[in-house]
Amino acid sequence: MTRTARRTRRPMQVAALGATVLLALSACSSSDDSSSAKSDSSASASDKLSGTVTVFAAASLKESFTTLGEQFEKEHPGTKVTFSFGGSDSLAASITGGAPADVFASASPKTMKIVTDAGDATGTPATFVRNQLEIATLPGNPDKIASLKDLTKSGLKVVLCDKEVPCGAAAQKALDAGKLKLTPVSYEQDVKSALTKVELKEADAAVVYKTDVHAAGDKVEGVDFPESANAINEYPIVQLKDAQNTEAAKAFIALVQSAAGQQVLTEAGFLKP
Amino acid sequence: MTRPTDRSGAAADTLRGGPRRRRVRTGGGGRGAPLPLLVPALIGVAFLVVPLIALLVRAPWRSLPTLLTSAEVWQALQLSLVCATAATAVSLVIGVPLAWLLARVEFPGRGLVRALVTLPLVLPPVVGGVALLMALGRNGIVGRSLDSWFGITLPFTTAGVVVAEAFVAMPFLVISVEGTLRAADPRFEEAAATLGASRFTAFRRVTLPLIAPGIAAGAVLAWARALGEFGATITFAGNFPGRTQTMPLAVYLALQSDPEAAIALSLVLLAVSVAVLAGLRDRWMTAG
Amino acid sequence: MHKAPADTVPEGLDARLVVERGAFRLDVALSVAPGEVVALLGPNGAGKTTALRALAGLSQLTEGHLRLDGTALERTPPESRPVGVVFQDYLLFPHLTALDNVAFGPRCQGASKAEARAQAAEWLDRLGLTDHAGAKPRKLSGGQAQRVALARALATSPRLLLLDEPLAALDARTRLEVRAQLRRHLAEFEAVAVLVTHDPLDAMVLADRLVVVEDGRVVQEGTPSDIARHPRTDYIAQLVGLNLYRGEANGHTVRLDTGPAITTTETLSGPAFVAFPPSAVTLYRDRPTGASARNLWRCEVAGLETHGDQIRADLTGELPLAADLTTVAAAELGLHPGAEIWAAVKAAQTHAYPV
Repeated sequence: MTRTARRTRRPMQVAALGATVLLALSACSSSDDSSSAKSDSSASASDKLSGTVTVFAAASLKESFTTLGEQFEKEHPGTKVTFSFGGSDSLAASITGGAPADVFASASPKTMKIVTDAGDATGTPATFVRNQLEIATLPGNPDKIASLKDLTKSGLKVVLCDKEVPCGAAAQKALDAGKLKLTPVSYEQDVKSALTKVELKEADAAVVYKTDVHAAGDKVEGVDFPESANAINEYPIVQLKDAQNTEAAKAFIALVQSAAGQQVLTEAGFLKP
Repeated sequence: MTRPTDRSGAAADTLRGGPRRRRVRTGGGGRGAPLPLLVPALIGVAFLVVPLIALLVRAPWRSLPTLLTSAEVWQALQLSLVCATAATAVSLVIGVPLAWLLARVEFPGRGLVRALVTLPLVLPPVVGGVALLMALGRNGIVGRSLDSWFGITLPFTTAGVVVAEAFVAMPFLVISVEGTLRAADPRFEEAAATLGASRFTAFRRVTLPLIAPGIAAGAVLAWARALGEFGATITFAGNFPGRTQTMPLAVYLALQSDPEAAIALSLVLLAVSVAVLAGLRDRWMTAG
Repeated sequence: MHKAPADTVPEGLDARLVVERGAFRLDVALSVAPGEVVALLGPNGAGKTTALRALAGLSQLTEGHLRLDGTALERTPPESRPVGVVFQDYLLFPHLTALDNVAFGPRCQGASKAEARAQAAEWLDRLGLTDHAGAKPRKLSGGQAQRVALARALATSPRLLLLDEPLAALDARTRLEVRAQLRRHLAEFEAVAVLVTHDPLDAMVLADRLVVVEDGRVVQEGTPSDIARHPRTDYIAQLVGLNLYRGEANGHTVRLDTGPAITTTETLSGPAFVAFPPSAVTLYRDRPTGASARNLWRCEVAGLETHGDQIRADLTGELPLAADLTTVAAAELGLHPGAEIWAAVKAAQTHAYPV
């Protein structure tokens, strides 16, 4: 019943969405503007959305998406955003396996392709942020690591992500671009465990995403390197075919792409698409 | 006729699967199993067996030879076998005396010690791995000294894999051996003492041979657990082919990109497990 | 057999064993000369095995002392005591052959493997077990296992040999044969031997002296024949198969504390025991007329059980007693539980002695 009711409200919703997108495209930098945009969208949508939106998102999105989820719930009283954060591959696997979700935000086009190929997505995935690699070193950078080449110094314990997971593939691409050969002490199963090894001082450095370095605060120190430009990861987002709450799903994707959403994401270290 | 060997025989029976045989006999006694028991039991069988069958059904049999003859698979399998065996050896050297202490010596806080040493049985392995990093990592409370005094660091080394596996597997051995020790008649040790044997001699020459079947069972359990260890290993020792990448790690990472390879690797682990169980079952059945 | 103690060094065993375990307290004094065999006899739970374990050092003494050939052993751990133990179910090490079981002690005492085996072979030979040297315990018969256990205990040349219910694990027929062998071996043993048993026959056949233990204390001590003739507790009386009563003697009559009197041939005065065997009791369906027996009581049959080829009747009434009769006699009397019966005992078949 709620479903049919929602369907009748669709045009209004699309209008609101369009407004948000326009505002986002105008890329206004003033925070006043973005807050007014928010109040606009909430004024037009708050009484129309309800229920729960289930978002499957890459682990690296955890901090920023949690913030966005709270914003979304505030703007649309009566809604609830539930997240499932995890490795993009396993999330993709659970979606194709029939897990009930409304939105999928992946850390790589490759994993997104698994979902689109399986016909589980509605529409074309849109890249909403990009993530760049960075070297995470111990606080204070005691080993004076200044470049990707410095990681190949002997005696240095470096961890990389496994080549099978996106951050590892990206790191390999960067190394290839720099014509460097690096033997790490370990190929970690995901970016978080690679970072953890540095946080625990078990490894001297790791090649991870900027956002991860950002999230780790002062427990690690980030070092930019030019080769990372060759291995920028794109994050696509899409609404899923089996979405139970299509309106809210669309609204959430809109929020992510809005100026307000982008601000939260860039603050977390992501690059704009 | 009451014979002095009866007690130890009873202990060995349990390990030989004597009671299991007895249970089957009761079930097959011609009276038929009641439905409220039979139906859940059959569901139980299906629940445990169907996933294994599925693995066989979905196995890429055609590409299997190519998948399995790759150097990487053999490297991982070899490393798995070596590390599991080494972890079992470590568990034996430390775990058997520990089991003896828990079974034979009364000391304050024994219950607490038993609870603590068996904790890794229920602890998520990843937590075990983190705990090991905190203790034996380069910056851990013990590992720091190991590093500065001896230049030994365990994380990211094959020795680290052995440590992680032993940490998770040893409790199985301790539990099994302690149980056997409790079932074994402590009076054999007393008899040895009256013959002039010190406690250690009695342990070495009497207790150890008596509980050998229990030790074997515990060692197999520990070995199997070590062979399948994933969480603590990848957390503590990382993942590097040929050095710390054991079969379970290879399976997990293969699953990220190449499910077929993962299934193939899983089949190898399954085959090894079945072979071990089958081999030991035979030995237990014919022992004594 | 009872050798005189040496002049200077007090040889043999001199012990007072006090072991407290919860509410139970064992307090037993034991003094045994070398060459003497003493049996601790008592019902289950009397503390016999506790005493034996204390002697072996397997249980700690709460108080008391333990001296063997003049050496104090209270603080000596079991492996350092010159004590050999034959356990109730022998506790032969199941993974070792008979030979290696016997060689175990000498090995622990520092002998080389070859020496130990040579000694063990000698012991097995002495006990007639040479053919079974290579057998694992589970392949041995009960009697063989018992002898291997004895050989194992003797191979350490103990100054104190302890035997815990040495025949209890055997079936009746083997028991007879093993009992006779054991008696021979114990007679040859030159040091102190203490055995624990609840079987009076074992005790009487094997031991020179009995120490009866009940509820943790010694209740009677003496030669087997002395104890058999003059039991001082119901337990011993039952063990040796006697009806035992306690009362006040006055000439040929012992007036029991419970009322009835028993006429005896002995002349006594003061507190006394009266005993007679169940076979001395004659039963009548009706009151016998002109019977010479002056000891006549009206009883009721409480229970019947076969006892060898005889029937033992358990009687209650004026005087509770046990009576033995043949199955034919039982049938003629129409005995059944609850039946009223007259029991008579000739004075000549009773035996009275002072408390």
